[in-house]
Amino acid sequence: MSNETMTIFSPKLAARFDALVQKYPARRSALVPMLLYAQDEIGYLSDAVIAEVAERIGITELDVRNVATYYSMLRFKPAGKYNVQVCTNISCMLRGAYDVFERFQDELGVGHKGVTPDGLFSLEEVECIGACCWAPAIQVNYDFHDELTPESVSGILAEYRGKAKAEGTVSHA
Amino acid sequence: MPRLVSHPDEVKIVTRRFGMGAANIDRYIELGGYEAAKKCLEQGPDWIINEMKASNLRGRGGAGFPTGLKWSFVPKQSAKPKYVLVNGDESEPGTCKDHLIFLHDPHSVIEGTIIAGLAIGAKLGFIYLRGEYRYLLEIMEKAVADAYAKGFLGKNIFGSDTEFQVITQSGAGAYEVGEESALMESLEGKRGVPRIKPPFPAVVGLYGGPTVINNAETIATVPHVIAMGGASYAAVGSERNGGTRLFGISGHVERPGVYELPMGYNLKKMIYEVAGGVRGGRKLKAVVPGGSSTPVLLPEEIENLGMDFDQVGKAGSMLGSGGVVVIDDHTCIVEFALRTISFYQHESCGWCIPCREGTDWLKKSLTRFHAGFGIEKDIDTIRYIAENMLGRTFCPLGDAAAMPTLGFVKKFRKEFEDHLNGKPCPFAKHTEVAVV
Repeated sequence: MSNETMTIFSPKLAARFDALVQKYPARRSALVPMLLYAQDEIGYLSDAVIAEVAERIGITELDVRNVATYYSMLRFKPAGKYNVQVCTNISCMLRGAYDVFERFQDELGVGHKGVTPDGLFSLEEVECIGACCWAPAIQVNYDFHDELTPESVSGILAEYRGKAKAEGTVSHA
Repeated sequence: MPRLVSHPDEVKIVTRRFGMGAANIDRYIELGGYEAAKKCLEQGPDWIINEMKASNLRGRGGAGFPTGLKWSFVPKQSAKPKYVLVNGDESEPGTCKDHLIFLHDPHSVIEGTIIAGLAIGAKLGFIYLRGEYRYLLEIMEKAVADAYAKGFLGKNIFGSDTEFQVITQSGAGAYEVGEESALMESLEGKRGVPRIKPPFPAVVGLYGGPTVINNAETIATVPHVIAMGGASYAAVGSERNGGTRLFGISGHVERPGVYELPMGYNLKKMIYEVAGGVRGGRKLKAVVPGGSSTPVLLPEEIENLGMDFDQVGKAGSMLGSGGVVVIDDHTCIVEFALRTISFYQHESCGWCIPCREGTDWLKKSLTRFHAGFGIEKDIDTIRYIAENMLGRTFCPLGDAAAMPTLGFVKKFRKEFEDHLNGKPCPFAKHTEVAVV
C-alpha cells in the first residue's frame, strides 16, 4: 500500500504483509496466509479486512471472498478471545471426544459455534487436527491440549481465564 | 506436547533425531545433518535419482508412488521454472506423523527439499503446512531462517554456484488441499479445488511450471536414504516397499503413538505387541489400516497381514497414510461410519457432483439409520450411492468417502440390520472408552 496511514493493521502486520506479497513468484500466493494473519489480529474477516487485503493483492473483494469462504479456519464474524476447537473425528471420538465436547458445552453454556456472553470463549466442534495419537485433543486458538478427559475441561478453562485476567481483558459478565 | 513412544521392534531412521533437540541447526549438524545435501550437490541429479530409485521409497502421503520415478518424470529442460512442493497439509483422520517431524526434525524437511530441488533442477521449494499447525510453522520458519544464515539456502548453497530458496506457507483449514493439484491451487491463492489430470504436476504444476510434490514424511526420509545409500534403505523394508514407515496407531489401544517400523511389519503384532493390545482387555472388532479413507479390516484379515502398499492392497484395503485406527467391540460401526462420512461431507469442495451430492446423501442416510429410522432398502441405497461415486471425480476425495463406507456396509451388514425398524442403537450413545 502506498499510503501507510490507510491500513487497518498494526504497523508490524502491515510491514509483514508488504514483505509477504513480494515473496512469491505471484503476488496472489500471499492471499491465504494473509487472510489468516489478518484474522489473528482483527478477530475475523470484517469488510474492512477484505477490502484492504483485496487492495494489497490487487484483486477484487469478490475474489477474496470467493477464496476465503473455502477455508474452514476463516470466519466472517467474531469468535471468543479464546476459540476452543474440539476434535471429534474418529480417533478422538473413540477415546471420548464427545464427552469432552459435552463438558465444554456445559461449562461454557454455549453450543457449536457459540460465543460466551463475556466474549472470552467460543466453542467449535472441528474435524481432525492432527493429534490422533494423543486423543482426544483440542486446540484453543493455536495451542494444542491433548489426552483430555471431561475432568480436565474446567482446568483448561481456568487456565485461559487466568491468562485473560493477567492481560487485563475486560469481562462484561 | 505430543508424547513420544518407543518399542524395541522400531527401526529408527526418520525418527532417529526425535527428542534430541535437532530443531536447533547446530545440533542437527552435529547429528550428521546437511551432509546428505552436500553429497548430492557433488554427485548431481542422475546419481540422486538413481539412489532414490534403488531405495524403493514410495510416497508416504498415501498413494505409494515410487519417489525416484516421480522425480525422473520432470523434464530436464523447461522454459518455465521448476518447483518442489512439500505437502504438510496432514489432514487425513488418524494421521499425525508429520506433526512430529515438523516438531522434532524440521531441518530434515529442509534438507530433503534441497535434495529434491537438486534432483529436478529447481531453484525454489515450498513447504506447505496446514493452518492448524501454527506452532509447527513457526518452528519451520525458524529452521528456514537458520539454514539461510548458514548459507545452506540462498543464491550459493554450501558455497557453490547453485541456488535454492525455500518458502514456508500456511494453509487455513482444508482437507482437500492435501490433494496435490488442490494444494497447488491453494498455494496460488485460490480455492483448493482439484485440477484435471493430465497434465500431471511433473509437466504442468505450480504457476504452470514442472513441479514435484511430495509428502512431508517422504521428503524427511530423503536425506536418510542418501546417507544410508538407496540399496541399504531398501533392504530394511519388504519387496518393492523400501525402508520404514511412521505408523500412527490411535483409537482403542493401550499405547497409542507414532512408531517407526519396517515396511511389511505384521499388523496384528503392531496392535498387540507394539501398541500394547486393545485397551482395557477388550476384544478387537475392526481396524482402519491407513487413515479414515481406507476400507476397514476384520480381525481375521490382519492375522498374517504385512503392512506395505502391496500386501494391504491385496487384502482389499490400502496402506494410505499409515494411520492405524483400532476399534474395540464396544463400538457402534454405524456411528463410526457416520462420523467418517460426516467428515468427507464437510470437506468435499463441491467441485465434482458425485462427491458433493454423494457425501451429502450418504451422511443423510447414515444419520437416519443411526437414529433408528432406517429401512432395509437403505442399506442397498448406501451401497448404490457409494459405488456410483467411485472413480467419477477429479480427485480421490470422492473415492476416499465411498471406499470406507462400502467396507462398513459389506463387512458389518448385520450391525446395520440391527439398527432397523426403530430399534435403539445396541451400543452406548457415544462410543465410550473402557474404564481402566
